[in-house]
Amino acid sequence: MKTVTLPVAYMPLVDAAPLIIAQEMGFAEAEGLALDLIAAPSWSSVRDMLAFGRVDAAHLLSPVPVAMAMGLGGVTTPLSAVSVMSVNGDVIGVGRELEQRLRDIGYGFDFADALKAAQALAQVTKDTLVFGAPFPFSMHVELLRYWFERSGLSEKQIKIRTIPPPLMAEALSTGEVDAFCVGEPWGSVAVDQGAGALLLPGTAIWRFAPEKVLSVRQDWAETEPEKLGHLIRAVWKAGQWLSLPKSKTTAAEILSRPSYLDVSSELIDRALSGHFTISSRAEQRTVDDFIGFHAGTTNFPWRSQAKWIAHRLSLENGLSSSEAQRLGGAVFRSDLYRKHMIGTDADLPGASEKLEGSILHITAVASQKGELSLPPDTFFDGQIFDPDEAH
Amino acid sequence: MNLKLTIVVVEEDRDRAVAIVDALTQSGDCEVFVIGTTIGLARKIAAHAPDVVLIDIDNPTRDMLEELTLASGPLERPVAMFVSGAAGSLARAAVEAGVSAYVVDGLTPERLKPVMDTAIARFQMVRQMRNELAETRRALEERKVIDRAKGLLMKAKGLDEVQAYALLRKAAMDQGRRVADVAEALVTASGLLS
Repeated sequence: MKTVTLPVAYMPLVDAAPLIIAQEMGFAEAEGLALDLIAAPSWSSVRDMLAFGRVDAAHLLSPVPVAMAMGLGGVTTPLSAVSVMSVNGDVIGVGRELEQRLRDIGYGFDFADALKAAQALAQVTKDTLVFGAPFPFSMHVELLRYWFERSGLSEKQIKIRTIPPPLMAEALSTGEVDAFCVGEPWGSVAVDQGAGALLLPGTAIWRFAPEKVLSVRQDWAETEPEKLGHLIRAVWKAGQWLSLPKSKTTAAEILSRPSYLDVSSELIDRALSGHFTISSRAEQRTVDDFIGFHAGTTNFPWRSQAKWIAHRLSLENGLSSSEAQRLGGAVFRSDLYRKHMIGTDADLPGASEKLEGSILHITAVASQKGELSLPPDTFFDGQIFDPDEAH
Repeated sequence: MNLKLTIVVVEEDRDRAVAIVDALTQSGDCEVFVIGTTIGLARKIAAHAPDVVLIDIDNPTRDMLEELTLASGPLERPVAMFVSGAAGSLARAAVEAGVSAYVVDGLTPERLKPVMDTAIARFQMVRQMRNELAETRRALEERKVIDRAKGLLMKAKGLDEVQAYALLRKAAMDQGRRVADVAEALVTASGLLS
């Protein structure tokens, strides 16, 4: 079969794995595609390359296309999120000074309880607390804000500053930030460099947060339906392969190559396996489902996920929630995902929206093929987001 | 409006910064400041209240500038990466040349165009020079490795230099690899065995 070359931009992170694996393990080729993977130096660069047509698809922070649809940020070219590439995968950490203060009050660094972590932080924070996050429109920022707001931590003076992940260790040591939220492997890199300790996995705040999306220009999605279908399916198959326990070692080796992440496979393996070293004292913690590429409906772009993001962005920017949800919700293209995944092994849910945060245990729901299990998606404070009720 | 335009260029390399500043100053009535890429970038830029911010598209600290687009305080000026209307084609040309520009809301394309034309030309030149430099460095590195591999073969197999190179080239052709790659493999393997 003749292959078509497709330029695709990504940021060198563990959660770019589905694109890298699709190319390296032949899932793209099986769909007649050759992915020309372009590592970007920044998220703005990924967005611009996609918006201005330098690439046709990208690995993108899930809030970026939603914010763009709402007119927030520098660029407003309409983008579509055609599948969710990964759920979860972020870590929250603190610098050495804050780590010491937390240890002084006897905090145990359980790497699990978001409320306890917030209470401990509040106890040791004198006046202000500055967090570093990779981009203003990111799940990192949304998780942090949600956590601050619902844990009482927002009573303190808290700021979030944009720091590129490779500079996070430096920002911690110069005191520019006290704490951070980043995607792996950058949290583990910070621990490895002795810059800080890990406090929480992102899952401790929201157990099923759509982290990165496979994104294309809206007009390209309309004019290139065949390429789009091949791309969605190739990335889906790569996610399926990544979810197999036996794939993890190979995946870590491939991702660690200089042309991709260029960090040791041991650091990458921590995120893939969920076995973390959380401090320079070599304390070990294990997290279930730290990052998800496939299970259940992981890749299905729920409109309600986009609406949650839009709702949160509307609150932060003083906009109308219903208008934000109308504009932002349409960015997650459950319609296109269905269209291109029909006829594959993938089972599709009957609905395109769900009550975010309502699934406490793995739950079977009606699907195209009968029954499909939804993974738990709860928030740490037990709140449920109903798109129709949120204002 | 005949006020001077205030431009901030984010650039670490002094020589490159000087070249860009010179070109911009010659092109029109503007005041140019250079800021190195540091933590706290957005605040340092905001202190100059610039009309235009120029930064290399490959600069990893660029995401810090994105905060500028959200400036909402009464004294802060919103900045956009201009994309709509008449400035749209300018933006595309800029992205292709490797420069991103953040422009204060309301700045007209007429005032912006001379600045952007100059910046685009200058960044293009800088990028070209950088690529050439990287290419030269790589070629030099490869030559060094090939020389070492030749040396190893000459010593191990009692060959002269021409024979050693011929052997390397044959191995590369047989395996469908580049001579430099075969040489590197040989040097690495010999390092492990020694």
